[in-house]
Amino acid sequence: MPDKITPLSEAVSLIESGMTIGIGGWGSRRKPMALVRELLRTDVTDLTVVAFGGPDVGLLVDAGKVRRLVYGFVSLDSIPLDPLFTQARERGGLDVTEYDEGMFVAGLKAAAARLDFMPIRAGIGSDVLPANPDLRMVSSPYSDEQYVAVPALQLDVALIHMNRSDAGGNGQFLGPDPYFDDLFAMAATRTIMSTEKIIPTASLLDDASFHTLLVSRMYVDAVVETPRGAHFTTCAPDYERDEAFQRHYAAAAKDPAAWQAFREEFLSGDESSYQEAVTRFHAQEGAR
Amino acid sequence: MSNATIAEICVAACADTYLESGEILAHAVGTIPTIGARLAKLTSSPDIVLTDGEAFLMAEPPPLGRSASAGGVVEGWAPFGRIFEILATGRRQSMMGASQIDRFGNQNISLIGDWSAPRRQLIGVRGAPGNTANHRVDYWVPRHSARVFVDKVDMVSGVGNDRAREHARELRFHQLGVVVTDLAVLDFDSDGAMRVRSVHPGVDPATVEEQTGFPIDASAAPATRIPSGEELRIIREVLDPRGARTREIPD
Repeated sequence: MPDKITPLSEAVSLIESGMTIGIGGWGSRRKPMALVRELLRTDVTDLTVVAFGGPDVGLLVDAGKVRRLVYGFVSLDSIPLDPLFTQARERGGLDVTEYDEGMFVAGLKAAAARLDFMPIRAGIGSDVLPANPDLRMVSSPYSDEQYVAVPALQLDVALIHMNRSDAGGNGQFLGPDPYFDDLFAMAATRTIMSTEKIIPTASLLDDASFHTLLVSRMYVDAVVETPRGAHFTTCAPDYERDEAFQRHYAAAAKDPAAWQAFREEFLSGDESSYQEAVTRFHAQEGAR
Repeated sequence: MSNATIAEICVAACADTYLESGEILAHAVGTIPTIGARLAKLTSSPDIVLTDGEAFLMAEPPPLGRSASAGGVVEGWAPFGRIFEILATGRRQSMMGASQIDRFGNQNISLIGDWSAPRRQLIGVRGAPGNTANHRVDYWVPRHSARVFVDKVDMVSGVGNDRAREHARELRFHQLGVVVTDLAVLDFDSDGAMRVRSVHPGVDPATVEEQTGFPIDASAAPATRIPSGEELRIIREVLDPRGARTREIPD
């Protein structure tokens, strides 16, 4: 089995300007935030980002990395809206493809199956079609029925975060929901997988059933060990969402001066300095 | 036990949406719709399937605001991927929110203003187009106002009756139920247009008309039913002893 353990900065160097990248997780849940933060440190730009969006989307949009965003929603879950995303939309200039969630999944499934499109009933009659004039309908070859033909969401690179992985890229989820991380990996040419902990292959089933082996190494190109790498989103059962920090993020994002201070405190250094700053944040919160 | 609050009347109205549902997945967005689905499960519609709001199907109502791991009996696993498969089979019923809704039940949760330059970006269409294409959908509006009940919504997320009729074959599974608000219960007439089914006790019908941004007649509507003593006991003692419902509609 190949050893795919890769340092964070080297892994992200797979991403080039102009690429289409998919980001796993859902809203503010099990997002590959360490990979996203590392991407913020590069000079990559002009990305098409495909995600069930959370703070990953807010941060990348705010940093000017995104030319087009493809999403079914952008939310922080316990806080309904991500202010960085809504501000970018209300300022204008961000190209968006807003799909029904089922349409979004259909696009990934088409890409994973190497098909041009996937038919679906969702979207018919709604304003998703006029908002996306490139969308086509397709006629059933078996009846008079028509469906929405969701084009394949072919990804150059997928970013996902797992609870555990081995060195070869077999990824394990231990929380209640796999989200669509396996589908993102299958829809992508290359996948960068971060993980809370790299463990020996023989240990993958020590504490969990085989049903947790979500991602095969066949789809994975780089494995990055990033403890607390989904922070501040959930990574159950390793940790829940850091609600205090998320509130701090959302409040800061609404005010230019506060946001500048947030960026300097948390996003100006590398991943370890981010994690140290979070620890300081909680120490100050606790002392308050 | 009596003196039902508006919140409790709304819970019962939400529960009543499941009277004919059978074995379907009850999907409820919002506190009062969630309590309503759980009340239905414990009273009039014991066959409906509940979720804990995360990935598990629950054989009995879980504690409000907590997931399956906090207690309760898991009867199935339905992570997000499975939800889209369930709704495509039609074995689901949703009560969603609405930032805007028009007289034919077109609903918007995406944005306010123009698509190309939104005045306010909201959450996105989420699953509304697919839900309305595949199974019964009801709506929950905790503050009935002319800002929500509008002549024309800015971005049709959930499909209304007029548009469903334009695609009668493809949208043959489209079914709008009721719109429950803090003032009234509304449904749709044979032309697919919204009408007032009932006005909550103590609410002036004229208020319903004034707070609706298109013409609607509330003058002849009967009073919304008051939950029974047993329903009130279940709401107050079993499902929501901490009164989370009052955060959506104060007493």
